[in-house]
Amino acid sequence: MLLKQTLGLATAAVLALAGSAWAGGTLRVAMTASDVPTTTGSPDNGGEGLRFLGFPVFESLVAWDLTRADKLADIRSGLAESWEQDKTDRTKWIFHLRKGVKFHDGTDWNADAAIWNLDRYFKQDAPQFDPPNAAVAVARDPYVAGYRKIDDWTIEIANPRPISYFPNIATWILHVSPTQFAKTGSWAEFAKAPPGSGPFKITEFKPRVSATLSRNDGYWDKTRIAKLDKIVVFPIPEPTTRLSALRSGQVDWIEVPPPDAVPSLKAAGFEIVTNSYPHSWPWVVNLAKEDSPWRDVRVRRAINYCVNRDRLVALLNGLAEPAYGLFKRSDVFFGHPKQEYKYDPAKAKALLKEAGYSPDKPVKAKIMITTSGSGQMLPLPMNEFLQQNLKECNFDISFEVVDWGTMLVAMRNPPSAPQGLGVDAINNSLHISMDISQFALFNLSANVPPKGRNWPNWKNPQYDALIDRIEKSTDPEQYIADIQKAHEIFVDDPPWVFIVHDRNARAMTKHVKGFVSAQSWFQDFTPVYME
Amino acid sequence: MWAYIVRRLLYAVPILLGVSMLVFALIHLAPGDVVDLLVPPEVPKEIADSLRARFALDQAVYIQYFAWLGRLLVGDLGISFFTNRPVADELFSALSNTLMLALPAALLGFSLGVVLGALAAFNRGTWLDKAFSATAITGVSLPHYWVGIVLVAIFSVILNVLPAQGMGGSGFPTSWEQARHLILPVVTLSLIPMGVISRLVRANVLEILSHEFVGTLHAKGLLSRRVLYHVMKNAAPSALALMGLQFGYLLGGSILVETVFNWPGSGGLMNLAIFRRDVPVLSATILVLATIFVVINILVDVLQALIDARMRR
Repeated sequence: MLLKQTLGLATAAVLALAGSAWAGGTLRVAMTASDVPTTTGSPDNGGEGLRFLGFPVFESLVAWDLTRADKLADIRSGLAESWEQDKTDRTKWIFHLRKGVKFHDGTDWNADAAIWNLDRYFKQDAPQFDPPNAAVAVARDPYVAGYRKIDDWTIEIANPRPISYFPNIATWILHVSPTQFAKTGSWAEFAKAPPGSGPFKITEFKPRVSATLSRNDGYWDKTRIAKLDKIVVFPIPEPTTRLSALRSGQVDWIEVPPPDAVPSLKAAGFEIVTNSYPHSWPWVVNLAKEDSPWRDVRVRRAINYCVNRDRLVALLNGLAEPAYGLFKRSDVFFGHPKQEYKYDPAKAKALLKEAGYSPDKPVKAKIMITTSGSGQMLPLPMNEFLQQNLKECNFDISFEVVDWGTMLVAMRNPPSAPQGLGVDAINNSLHISMDISQFALFNLSANVPPKGRNWPNWKNPQYDALIDRIEKSTDPEQYIADIQKAHEIFVDDPPWVFIVHDRNARAMTKHVKGFVSAQSWFQDFTPVYME
Repeated sequence: MWAYIVRRLLYAVPILLGVSMLVFALIHLAPGDVVDLLVPPEVPKEIADSLRARFALDQAVYIQYFAWLGRLLVGDLGISFFTNRPVADELFSALSNTLMLALPAALLGFSLGVVLGALAAFNRGTWLDKAFSATAITGVSLPHYWVGIVLVAIFSVILNVLPAQGMGGSGFPTSWEQARHLILPVVTLSLIPMGVISRLVRANVLEILSHEFVGTLHAKGLLSRRVLYHVMKNAAPSALALMGLQFGYLLGGSILVETVFNWPGSGGLMNLAIFRRDVPVLSATILVLATIFVVINILVDVLQALIDARMRR
């Protein structure tokens, strides 16, 4: 009898242990967003929306490899197992789809599902055409000129010209279950129970309050079955409130802790996780203005030599790192620019003197800044610091303070348009650098507003020629060497004041385990568990 | 009395029409529109324009206004440009969340304000008067978002006895666990009404106490509580008017308090709609809040008229 009881207890203990190893608990996350991102497979709220209600739930043909903390995140296979450029016509890409994948509602993933999803964004007369999200898709992926099903497991996507980096862009288009749309009949209804194919599924959605993601036990990639049972995300835009929520135990993880709180959080035993990622916090200068001082490259170099980046990083308690270009010095794409913008006010003043400026005739510039906004870090104290810092080199800086929406409107229009409010630069952090596609999008001569994102109106024929060669490239080594050269031009003839890169900070309790901070705007939550 | 009520209701119609026109005009004064925020800047112009056409933003403002007014008259508040959800759902959910805070905050603030104000007046010049007046002035003077942060620091972070933020669920609280979320925001929100009402009641009671009829009441041998009744009845109309205004402000939702406590109420909804240029949500929210404000004031006027017959003239 005693033996029986002992065996029974031992079995129960083993089962309990096995259960606890599998069940990874519930992770409660405070996001910086003002609302729960939309759940139709094309989330709003920028990078944060994609981080929490995008990639964990929905998948693309090509995915981001978010498993490494030591290098810039690269692409890996997603809903497509492999892809190649058509050897006879390099404007065409062939994607070989993964077999055995099911959406959360049991619908099979295949070429029909892929084409149905592309029609959602690119075919205006399709019943599932989704105008607001189609506009976002076209902006993120402007190179889809056509597509067709080759067989049940193969599709072809055509580009308007050969684009070597198209697989990077293919990451933006997320796929959802066509069956669920047929059942619900509209995207508004679809959003209430939206099946993707990712490692998590959305099981509860409360507008402005929270969204709950539950583990998808039937996920196709058995090596990436999530350890967590659930993730609950809360929109808490106010930094102090996020901090209180963490410190009072209401959440386990907060995005972007306020820099001032870092020492006290560490002292209280919380983890501050940071890492490099492709973020830039520059001043983007207006070269379109006839009398702009920036038209003289010596002035643009001078301001870059005058920025005291280390002091600014100290002001932010280490939650940023100095920026010397779009890419970081540690990135393979950085290259070897001639201008190394270390803090050198004497050199800055000498350059300004050559350009005809002096203490009696300072460079006057008005910068458009926001009070807050996506990726804008702490715009007011950071810009006030720069205003004081730049004064020592004869820059007389003033600000046009606007809300985030007004800045977006200004960026959509040419700098000379009334929406630009006559400013000489914009402090905007939208410029991400995760791959060459973004680098090209922001800086090609052809992409000046209203057509594209080249707000400064920076035009460099050598840069354009290099991007053209990169787009046609088939040699990986030449591809990297050309990106380095393009970046060297970008640094030596700077259309930006390079200031800092954000460090992607998040604070969490010691109970959160298994998180790897990828060098990306997005993160992988499958290895995370609660101890 | 009925004629008075009907007259007051008729006055409300042009007020609300004026508010709706003003709201619509002001929203369109801001540069850009919802499409600028909804899609990235590099979206081709023709796609951005087709979205504008879909939202009817390509039409003249007055046409948009009358179309909106027409839909409003049949009870259609529209669809949010940004979230694609019905405005009515978003608005009434936010309003009920705000009501959950505003009702107890008003009850607490008004009752404390009346009691403290009356006690201060009846004990004029004593330490009680000084203590209650200091409390009232503190309530009015301290920025309530700051008080909220301090309360969170003490009760949530240090003592860890009350939640720091959120509603702990959605809808009306059905458990103590959920009701605990109300305590800190309600106390914070009640401070200003408490202070304002207390100051007014004290001043009114003191003024009424100086009237000759109070001396007459005492001379006729009325008990103190009967005299108190007459004094408070005379002080009530102006206090009621102020309570009406304060309750209207509370229903409008305090953006700051909602932000500190991450409470998904009407103030936050309005703030979000402003930053998103979400015209259907913003115009409906402001109009509904204005209507509530007007209705509350009519109710207060009617109450005043019931208490004081002179008001009906």
